Amino acid sequence: MDTELDFTALQAIFENNAAKVEGLIDSYADKKEQLISLLQDVQAEFNYIPQDVIVRISQKLELPLSQVFSVATFFQAFSLKPRGRHTITVCLGTACHVKGGQRLVDKMARDFNLQPGETTGDERFTLETANCLGCCALGPVVVVDGKYESQVNPEKLDKILKKYE
Amino acid sequence: MVEQVRKLLDKKLTDVAALEALRKSLQADKDASRTVISVCGGTGCRASGAEAVVAAFAEEIEKQELAAKIEFKETGCHGFCERGPVVVIGPKKIFYQRVQPEDVPEIIAETIVKGGVVKRLLYTDPATDEEITYEPDVPFYQRQTRLILGANGEIDPTSIDQYIAAGGYTALAKVLAGMKPEAIVKEITEAGLRGRGGGGFPTGRKWQSCRAAEGEVKYVLCNADEGDPGAYQDRSILEGNPHSVIEGMIIGAYAIGARQGYIYVRNEYPLAVEHARAALDQAVEYGLLGDNILGTDFSFRITINKGGGAFVCGESSALIASLEGKVGEPRAKYVHMSEKGLWERPSLLNNVKTWANVPLIINKGADWYSKIGTKGSKGTMIFSLVGKINNSGLVEVPFGITLREMIYDIGGGIPNGKKFKAVQTGGPSGGCIPEEFLDTPVDFDELTKLGSMMGSGGMIVMDEDNCMVDVARYFIEFLKGESCGKCTPCREGLAKLSEILNRITHGQGVPEDLELMADLGEVLHDGALCALGKSAANPVLSTLRYFKDEYLAHINEKKCPAGVCHELLTFSIDADKCTGCGVCARNCSTNAISGEKKQPHVINQGMCIKCGVCYDSCKFGAVIKV
Amino acid sequence: MTKYWLSSEESVDVVEAEDANVVRFTVDDKDVMVSAGQTIYEALKRMPGIGDIPALCYHPAVRSYGACRLCTVEVSENGGQSFRFVASCLYPVKEGMVVRTNSEKVRKLRKGIIELLLARSPNTQVIKELAAAYGVEKPRFSLGDNDCILCGLCVRACQEIIGQSAISLVNRGIYKEVAAPFYAYELGEGCIGCGDCAFVCPTGAIRMGANGKPELPRVKIPYAEIGAMAGQAKTSEG
Repeated sequence: MDTELDFTALQAIFENNAAKVEGLIDSYADKKEQLISLLQDVQAEFNYIPQDVIVRISQKLELPLSQVFSVATFFQAFSLKPRGRHTITVCLGTACHVKGGQRLVDKMARDFNLQPGETTGDERFTLETANCLGCCALGPVVVVDGKYESQVNPEKLDKILKKYE
Repeated sequence: MVEQVRKLLDKKLTDVAALEALRKSLQADKDASRTVISVCGGTGCRASGAEAVVAAFAEEIEKQELAAKIEFKETGCHGFCERGPVVVIGPKKIFYQRVQPEDVPEIIAETIVKGGVVKRLLYTDPATDEEITYEPDVPFYQRQTRLILGANGEIDPTSIDQYIAAGGYTALAKVLAGMKPEAIVKEITEAGLRGRGGGGFPTGRKWQSCRAAEGEVKYVLCNADEGDPGAYQDRSILEGNPHSVIEGMIIGAYAIGARQGYIYVRNEYPLAVEHARAALDQAVEYGLLGDNILGTDFSFRITINKGGGAFVCGESSALIASLEGKVGEPRAKYVHMSEKGLWERPSLLNNVKTWANVPLIINKGADWYSKIGTKGSKGTMIFSLVGKINNSGLVEVPFGITLREMIYDIGGGIPNGKKFKAVQTGGPSGGCIPEEFLDTPVDFDELTKLGSMMGSGGMIVMDEDNCMVDVARYFIEFLKGESCGKCTPCREGLAKLSEILNRITHGQGVPEDLELMADLGEVLHDGALCALGKSAANPVLSTLRYFKDEYLAHINEKKCPAGVCHELLTFSIDADKCTGCGVCARNCSTNAISGEKKQPHVINQGMCIKCGVCYDSCKFGAVIKV
Repeated sequence: MTKYWLSSEESVDVVEAEDANVVRFTVDDKDVMVSAGQTIYEALKRMPGIGDIPALCYHPAVRSYGACRLCTVEVSENGGQSFRFVASCLYPVKEGMVVRTNSEKVRKLRKGIIELLLARSPNTQVIKELAAAYGVEKPRFSLGDNDCILCGLCVRACQEIIGQSAISLVNRGIYKEVAAPFYAYELGEGCIGCGDCAFVCPTGAIRMGANGKPELPRVKIPYAEIGAMAGQAKTSEG
């Protein structure tokens, strides 16, 4: 760990992010009812919904802070804590379940000590579950960083995860 | 900038005649004898590697300089997802399945250039071992009536021109050329169309109440939340033929007098959102959406909203709350959505499949449409036939076909010689239907009589290796996680049901649990606020009705006959089959397995946590679970 | 002349006349006449002894929410041929309707709901009294320990009466709770300490603290209910 922090670089990152956030929220200035879409854009940009962004949204769009917070906690798409470098989504829809999807979740618990919704200590993986991704004929389905993998069994999952550091 | 504006204006179709002229010119361009390569680019085939296949084709076509001679397109979902990536070569429709990028040069050389067939890529019927060359002859497709899904294999969903050339927007033209709104509603009503989203409510009646409702501002909504696990028809339609839904919505808006529409797509369907967005932009460009559609004084706009990951938002009032930027909590619908919906205004909400049926009905007429199906259920329905079935995918059939035909004739029966046990229909609000009812015709009312429902068309086949108690437990866990938590019966009731079912599947069930679950089911049915809660106990009640013996085995004998509930199983190693390879021991997380190399291994029952990893990893079938 | 009941003791004889502002219907075999535009619960609240409907998530100062479901009654709109269950705090009075507030079916449903409430809040006075009144002794389920029944009255009061929206209902399903933004234990400037939340709370789960601001209810969920799909595990207790 460096003892010298590069404050200018950090400052630049903060300012860059702040500008991004302002721009994002501004684009919803006249459609504040699309709060969920805005939160999705934030989630996509930062991999989670930072606290100060929630505050900024409440201020700029003139929505009660408690309402923005309620919406952020209600929907499964949003994470209030930073996610890992790679998000693994295991589909637990009926068809995938019937073909053994739960075993993949159990395997993540065994191998990485990871429960759904959690991130590994080294921030490598975040495990999520989805209640059906719409590829039911090809279950069990796992999505890693947006890439869909079909007919995944525990062995195949091992091979897939090795590719993601 | 001026150039862009000019370009925009150039594409706008100024009236119905202009649309027809465009259609004729696009159709004239078509050469029926031209070779067409269609690669399925639906999410399912993409999960099997379709994108690489598309890239391989593009590369090879360029290399062989065939671009001028053939047509190559990436289409929407063909429906036979289990065999993806799917490639169909027209005009004869040679059907290639499980195509990999490495196969592409051979396909080009053999089929495109020489006109021959690559046999190893053909579909072989598991029942007859017959190789089938052409798509219409594949049994999976043969018995279907693909009125809605058929177009998916023909058109590139990112091209409005292809939709128009295939006859798209003919219904809209007919409507704007002189159909009165009342006549449109009459046509939909007489066709007998019923909602395809789950409720099966008569669509014409809904349109009529919306039309009659008071208010200047009305909304048209498309429910593309498709939350039922196991159902993905809406995704396929929105990805593969978004214009069919858009056309339906425009006609609906014209019929009820709405000027703004919304498509609410669930967050988990990025490709559907992408294609729908592109389709909307194109429709605006062509003057089919926006101000003064096709030169009339009818204006209509559609916006896409994405869901946030909540099954409950498939419920109409929760969907509307979500559109208003609030949490997806349903509300009492004593005043219907068609009178007070989005922003307290009359709102017409229909499912993707329902909207896709509208252009068909307008084009062919209510008389024609109502001849298809049964007395109470008209038209075709698209089912997602998944689970323990040989031919898994999307199946479009007229109502009235029996469950047996669906599962055996189209689905090809149960794989690996296993025995059929039940078919689950209607998603988490539905129920499981056992073998004795397989000759029931598939129809809204018939399925309800059996204790299940049509729902949005999910049809999940289960075999002897599925535990029905575990299935009930699974659905209750799902609903518990998706409950919005507003009302007592659903929030508390589902938590308690989950607790009871988990106890039963872990060997801690007691006989009183059966009555307890039935009581909870009643509280949910009578007391819950919305359809999620009201129907939440159906999976439990229907499995109790038809598979009570399994519940009794779990409770009284602490056994799981299907061999699924791990707590009730004992894992052991068959010394005769065990080769002593040690794989199971290495995988065992509690070091419960011991043995010398090349000697039969043994499981220490005291340390075994019954996770089943040894069973999964043994390649010799030496691990027994009983 | 028709006899209309005003309370369990009083009735009046009225000459029938057309009036769109008046709705006549029957409650537990008694004919009543009320102003149009009300819900069944609101109308009956003004008529002592007519109808017998418990409710926890209702308060006249805020809009009805329909969450506790205790106010469910049976309603028929075809002269008594068929009935269905509706939440009376939300259902509008309609001409000619037949309402049953205490039939066997209604009481059975109420008992079922109370049993669930008692399992959630076994030590809460108001719930215990309700249970005693309906003969619910010991729930057949695992017990929690929550005074808060998620009726939402405090949230609605803060939103509708005062307009501050300092608190809201967060998370969903069994993890739902009343919380301040970011699960803060103490309320910040958004809360002006008016006390409306504590005033409308039916169980005393939310009370005013020594510092003039409310103390938020802590939610305690039995582990058994959390179960396999723990993906939504977000509570203020971490």
